[in-house]
Amino acid sequence: MGQGHVHDVVIIGGGATGATLARALSRFDLDVVLLEATAEVAFGVSKANSGIVHSAMHASPDTLKGRLEYPGNLGWRTLHEELGFGLNPVGEVLVALDDQQLTKIETIRQQGVRKGVPGTEPWTAERTLDAQPNLSREVKGAVWAPTACVFNPYEAVMLVADAARRNGVRIEVEQPVIAIDPPTPDDAGAPLVLHTPTAAWRTRFAVNAAGLFADDMAELAGVRDFTILPRKGEEYLLDKRLSGVVTSIIFPCPTPVSKGTLVNPTVDGTIMVGPTAQTVDDKYDTTTSEAGAAQVFSNARKLVPAISDRDVIAEFAGLRPVSDTEDFIVGPTERPGFINAAGIQSPGLTGAPALADMLVDILADEGLALTEKADWDPTAPHPVKFAQLSTDQQRDLAARDPRYAQLVCRCEIVTEAEIRDALERGAHTLDGLKFRTRAGMGRCQGGFCTWPCMQLLAEHLDVPITEVTKRGRGTWLIREREDQPVATTSTGG
Amino acid sequence: MPVTAATRHLDDRYQVTIVGAGPAGLAAAVAAREQGAERILLVDRDAEPGGILRQCIHSGFGLQAFSEDVTGPEYAHRFVERVLERDVDVLTDAYVTDVSRDLRVKLMSPSTGVTSVETGGVVLSTGARERTRAQIRIPGERPAGVMTAGLAQKMVNLHGYLPGQRVVILGSGDIGLIMARRLILEGVEVLGVFELLPHPSGLGRNVVQCLDDFGIPLHLSTTVIDIHGHDRVERVTVAPVDEERRPLTDQAWDIPCDTVLLSVGLIPDGELARQLHLSLDQRTGGPVVTSTYETSLPGVFSAGNNLHINDLADWVSQEANVAGAAAADVALGRVRARQDVAVTPGTNVRYVVPHTLSTDLTQTVSFRVKEPIYGDTILRVGEAHRRKVRAVVPAEMVTIKLGPKVLESFAGETLRVDAIPAAAADDLAAAGDDEQ
Repeated sequence: MGQGHVHDVVIIGGGATGATLARALSRFDLDVVLLEATAEVAFGVSKANSGIVHSAMHASPDTLKGRLEYPGNLGWRTLHEELGFGLNPVGEVLVALDDQQLTKIETIRQQGVRKGVPGTEPWTAERTLDAQPNLSREVKGAVWAPTACVFNPYEAVMLVADAARRNGVRIEVEQPVIAIDPPTPDDAGAPLVLHTPTAAWRTRFAVNAAGLFADDMAELAGVRDFTILPRKGEEYLLDKRLSGVVTSIIFPCPTPVSKGTLVNPTVDGTIMVGPTAQTVDDKYDTTTSEAGAAQVFSNARKLVPAISDRDVIAEFAGLRPVSDTEDFIVGPTERPGFINAAGIQSPGLTGAPALADMLVDILADEGLALTEKADWDPTAPHPVKFAQLSTDQQRDLAARDPRYAQLVCRCEIVTEAEIRDALERGAHTLDGLKFRTRAGMGRCQGGFCTWPCMQLLAEHLDVPITEVTKRGRGTWLIREREDQPVATTSTGG
Repeated sequence: MPVTAATRHLDDRYQVTIVGAGPAGLAAAVAAREQGAERILLVDRDAEPGGILRQCIHSGFGLQAFSEDVTGPEYAHRFVERVLERDVDVLTDAYVTDVSRDLRVKLMSPSTGVTSVETGGVVLSTGARERTRAQIRIPGERPAGVMTAGLAQKMVNLHGYLPGQRVVILGSGDIGLIMARRLILEGVEVLGVFELLPHPSGLGRNVVQCLDDFGIPLHLSTTVIDIHGHDRVERVTVAPVDEERRPLTDQAWDIPCDTVLLSVGLIPDGELARQLHLSLDQRTGGPVVTSTYETSLPGVFSAGNNLHINDLADWVSQEANVAGAAAADVALGRVRARQDVAVTPGTNVRYVVPHTLSTDLTQTVSFRVKEPIYGDTILRVGEAHRRKVRAVVPAEMVTIKLGPKVLESFAGETLRVDAIPAAAADDLAAAGDDEQ
């Protein structure tokens, strides 16, 4: 990349919005770069949420987020077919616990019907308990929406980004945009120049898909007219013992501020409860709290009394990038070439594939020429999930490649071949491997597989093992041992 | 340790298959062979047999088994030699993914691929796993630098790297105590060991030899209530706890550090036990077993930390001797000993293993107390056995040998195991047998 080289599009942010846009643009003959600030794509907002492709009943069709919701739901299903990430159409049960809520949920169902969401049904209490026998006996009725799915958003976004990369998009991680040159007064057609700590990126168009930091990016471009207010959600994953306690996504009747605390099966079969909804000041605040746990479990038990915080195996918190308009902010700005895709809060993950198509249209309107590539490949080899294969399939794979018989993560049954495939697809940190393959996500939380994963990373990246990180800069894992005599330490005595 | 003997060809059928080649599996293999089994398969997930002993480079092993104080690797090595001398098939880098109820063992390894073998008896000797941060629910950020003490031990002792430079240890389990000393010797700053309970979780000798001798502070009734640091651990907040173990946050203080090691307990690794639907003891987390360590599924045995958490590897080997021999007996079609006496935890006893005893055999009853008693203590197994000891603490397992003679008059009964202060025992004796 010489000083004079000008890219067609630089996408700022490798979350669901940026990755689906990168993939949508990859079908055209364009020079596209995606810059991700963190160590791996999907490691911001997209990593830590409930993992739901929403039924599309909930958001009002008067909002942009509401209009993109159902087309986005369909888009994820297509991507699932093409790329092979896990996606399970478990459906949604929207529960009413009193008569007032019964009226409210029917209003939501009618809104879904108007938006073209197929298959919704009002259910009686009996019908609801028949389908979900572990729900509270207080249930007065429910709305069934078969369009809702669960998936691992990080896995999906990583594979979408990988598909973009296979079709020619350049993906650069640990490249936070820290400056954007001011406009050149005498040359309106001059490219935008974005600076990251190690490089300058000249581009005709920049798409601001920076999630929590979208307002900061707009500020750098000189066109900030909104603020991102991070809204924290704590989530709790429960032991496999509780698998099957609910088989669909259980929604409470929503309040004006939140969809409420959900109880849902994950695509891996475990049960997740959450989220909370708390506005915070700090864009890095992903702490969980005693108070958050108490609130989540108190709410969840109103729906599913059998659930208890004693069964927690993992907990995390994510931040929703809520704009002060409470809707998505999408479109060109006064800065020529700088296009916003900001404030992508729930159902932003669901809407992402549709938002990507909308952004392609916007770029075309702004003058980007779109010529389809002859060799664009919408599919990619689906990652092998050894643990989910039949014994015969496992035997055949292992006979072809013994690395499929070398276990790395014993809790989740992840093989060396799967780890190597993830490395080939761009994983370069321990968490990058974990979120692509599940290695380290199980009962022992990496006690066994941390070391072999670090060894495979060091070998693949061709670095000393001390340079392998948990999730990029600053997250070092081990130190070189110093050859020294037995220490006389200050704590001795 | 140089001993590797990766078996490349497996038989279709073994008399005894042993899952896990740590102290339990190695001893079980030797015992099964001595008992007459000829085709024995010993499977381990690591590249070499020995299990966790390989990373336990400190001494303190073998006092029971060899009447000699040796290190973990030496202890393992002696057993590995015995195993290899006895023509046992040792398959390393291998993992047993499933055991069916008709005793087909499904396993995978690069040398054999995905395959299965039939077996006459199975010994589950898969050991334990460490409790993690997720299980003790420390809120806060999730930076790099929080790991179990056992993983740190592996990094330091097997691979020669340090987990960090300024270390706080949460939990006073034995691995944590051992690692406190180990890291001090490597020039790492160990800022303290914090224990939620009012007494240490590890052995008394480890508190003295690993902490006291190196001036490392042990803070009892104190715990970590928050972890700070976005990328790498930067500091922890610790606080004393009240009698209900609730943190007294007004007395909390911060400790700058870059690493938190967790030594907060071990859990029997019960995945195969669960898959086999074995009856489990909620108190131990391991299977319910007979006096020969046979589980609720005939032909399946459990020994070592897979059965309950032992304090010494030597006890593990002794258990596995019994289990391995009994597995061979079952595979060879010999008659089992009667199981005609039940044992159950009584006063101040957390659990008892095994769950039934035989009036045909001499057997060992192992148990742990709930609360420490620092003074003369009466240990009782029903009316069959009564013994006075100086003290009992939860960290130290208690074992009692019981033979046919003491048991024979109790056939058909359930014996309660109690550990009570001697004074209280006298009062009880005076009051008669109301408690029964």
